Amino acid sequence: MDKLERHWRRVSRMTGWLLATWLLTTFCIIFFARELSGLTIFGWPLSFYLAAQGASLIYLAIIGFYAWRMRRLERLYRNASEDQA
Amino acid sequence: MRTPFFRKLQRYYTIFTSCFAMFLLALAMLEKEGMPRLWIGYLFMFATIILYAAIGVISRTSNVAEYYVAGRRVPSLFNGMATAADWISAASFISLAGGLYLHGFDGLAYIMGWTGGYCLVALLIGPYLRKFGQYTIPDFLAARYGGGFQGRAVRLMAVGATIIVSFTYVVAQIYAVGLIASRFTGVDFSVGIFLGLASILVCSFLGGMRAITWTQVAQYIIILVAFLMPAMWLAVKHGGNPVPQVAYGKLLPKLSARETQLAHDEKESEVREVFLQRAEDFDVRLHGLPASWDSGRLEAQHNLDMVKQRNGSLLEIRAAERALADYPKTVEDAAAVWAAQRNYNLARGRELVKHAEPFPGASREQSNQKRNNFLALVFCLMVGTAALPHILMRSYTTPSVQETRVSVFWTLFFILLVYLTIPALAVLVKYDIYSSLVGSDFAHLPTWVSYWANVDKANPLLSISDINLDGIVQLAEIQIDSDVLVLATPEIAGLPYVVSGLVAAGGLAAALSTADGLLLAISNALSHDVYYKIVDPQASTQKRVTISKLLLLAVAFIAAYAASTKPGDILSLVGAAFSLAASTLFPALVAGVFWQRANHQGAMAAMVAGFFTCLYYMLHANPVLGGSISGQWFGIAANSAGVFGVPAGLAALVVVSLLTPAPDARTLSLVRHIRTPE
Repeated sequence: MDKLERHWRRVSRMTGWLLATWLLTTFCIIFFARELSGLTIFGWPLSFYLAAQGASLIYLAIIGFYAWRMRRLERLYRNASEDQA
Repeated sequence: MRTPFFRKLQRYYTIFTSCFAMFLLALAMLEKEGMPRLWIGYLFMFATIILYAAIGVISRTSNVAEYYVAGRRVPSLFNGMATAADWISAASFISLAGGLYLHGFDGLAYIMGWTGGYCLVALLIGPYLRKFGQYTIPDFLAARYGGGFQGRAVRLMAVGATIIVSFTYVVAQIYAVGLIASRFTGVDFSVGIFLGLASILVCSFLGGMRAITWTQVAQYIIILVAFLMPAMWLAVKHGGNPVPQVAYGKLLPKLSARETQLAHDEKESEVREVFLQRAEDFDVRLHGLPASWDSGRLEAQHNLDMVKQRNGSLLEIRAAERALADYPKTVEDAAAVWAAQRNYNLARGRELVKHAEPFPGASREQSNQKRNNFLALVFCLMVGTAALPHILMRSYTTPSVQETRVSVFWTLFFILLVYLTIPALAVLVKYDIYSSLVGSDFAHLPTWVSYWANVDKANPLLSISDINLDGIVQLAEIQIDSDVLVLATPEIAGLPYVVSGLVAAGGLAAALSTADGLLLAISNALSHDVYYKIVDPQASTQKRVTISKLLLLAVAFIAAYAASTKPGDILSLVGAAFSLAASTLFPALVAGVFWQRANHQGAMAAMVAGFFTCLYYMLHANPVLGGSISGQWFGIAANSAGVFGVPAGLAALVVVSLLTPAPDARTLSLVRHIRTPE
């Protein structure tokens, strides 16, 4: 398999997983908001906390993880190029 | 990572921040010495506008790469700050906290939607645009989807979408500049608009992307300080903790207890009864049309005669005369005015809704309906964010692809510094109003109440009237406009007026920075994509930049003129811009990178189908555009039309691409190039 293809497969697989996390987080927080509002966390009703802060912090974590992981994948790709050369 | 350029920037902005702090301190001292409020307002407004203009003059340029993409050397941290300022519009700075105050949990859709969109920018679009490495969004679509005439058709459609989306948005920003200027300095609304316009122009006209990037970093610092300072103060006052995001957790249970108490208060229901009674009166009159219009007019005339006959005081006569003069002129007028009055009173008479309760509704169906609309709105805001040209354009300005990824992280980080404070601020102010203003004596209202009630006579930001005449303020007697919350917070918290001036400067910075980015997006689309790529491909670089500057000037004046007519219709459509951007541009952008098989015909079909589905639904379901509420599908609000537009666009893209020939080798090698790491 061509090394770009291998790299691209890794990238799209990770993108897929992160997008699934993003979608699931968003959907569950909203869809189950009424059910979660009975629980509290440090004084916040859980659903309110998640919508006001939790979701946004998870989004930030997703983007941070992606940037960090892509740096490593690209290094892997570059090392592979050197091996072949 | 710490290049000399980065260190230089760091030094400049540290100096800038300390100068700004000294400016604040100096003004605070002057206020103590008795400087009048109006002067503080003037000083803030002029000092910041001169500052932005100065940065613009320093970064003036006529180099193409500098003008369009700031020379592609903005470090990720600063690019993040600039994008955050680009993103934080007047609406999110001024109205969002008020919106959360009024709508509680339901308002959080904006917080989620406007932050979650950045996941899509980072994962699907931003870094690939940077790898592509041209100047605008239409550039990418035209190169990827090609077609006849070097992709002119695709390019023109993308330009059209960019202009439609950005123009409604920029008009709203300039309108906000006028409002803030007129509220804080007392200048006329249109004078305020043109003052703001002057600063926008000096900045972007002289230096394009380069100047607005460095201005936006400065504007972000002002926005952040202006938003956090009053919120931290309130957090200490009520939560005993200077971090508002943490402090309001303790306050929510207290607020909820107070809400329960108020919901069962007899005086409160008394006031609500009064409003409901008024609503019913209007309803009766509405049903009695047209006879009720005649009798009402006769009655008003009769009233005036009676007052005159019994030699009433001048005030009484004036009141009776005004009642007659304001009486609806025709039966149609009466129907509209009375229906509005009925709805207004019905709204005022509504039961208190708990702040933290998700999707409050009378029945399970109503509540589900609200949940679905929440989901739809969040979806449109997220996908729309990932398709807004002025945000995507910023992916081009970093030195490398990896820096673009990191830059999106910083963008969301800096946005969150403000956005996580917004729900906190709403709760803090709500607690303050519920616990100290409600139940206080009408004779001893706090000064901020009377001040803000008198600021904007045409559109009162705040009104309190003793409906049940018991001399005590009830919650139902307070009416608050969503704009006043952030503007009045410093005074609610008991801070000096300097901080109010600072908040106004922050609002101005938020509006100006967004307007800068949008104007540049529009004028670049016109000058680079239409003029250079289609009309005159042989134009010299000098000529391209000059044309771009002239177009910027023209667009800015048209936008300012549109804003000065106070177009309520355009303003109500800003939310719709997200849906339009999402439906038209998002499918083509994402498929351009992730689906090799997507071709010219597919992209054209996607843009047409997305745009027209979205437009059709808006025309069909939005009363402002001539539709009606009953035209809604599944009860989804018209502004969330993207829920239908995006799938329509995606479906059209897939079906049409598969039915037509696969893209040529040139396109495939472009896709390969975009996917290859640097």
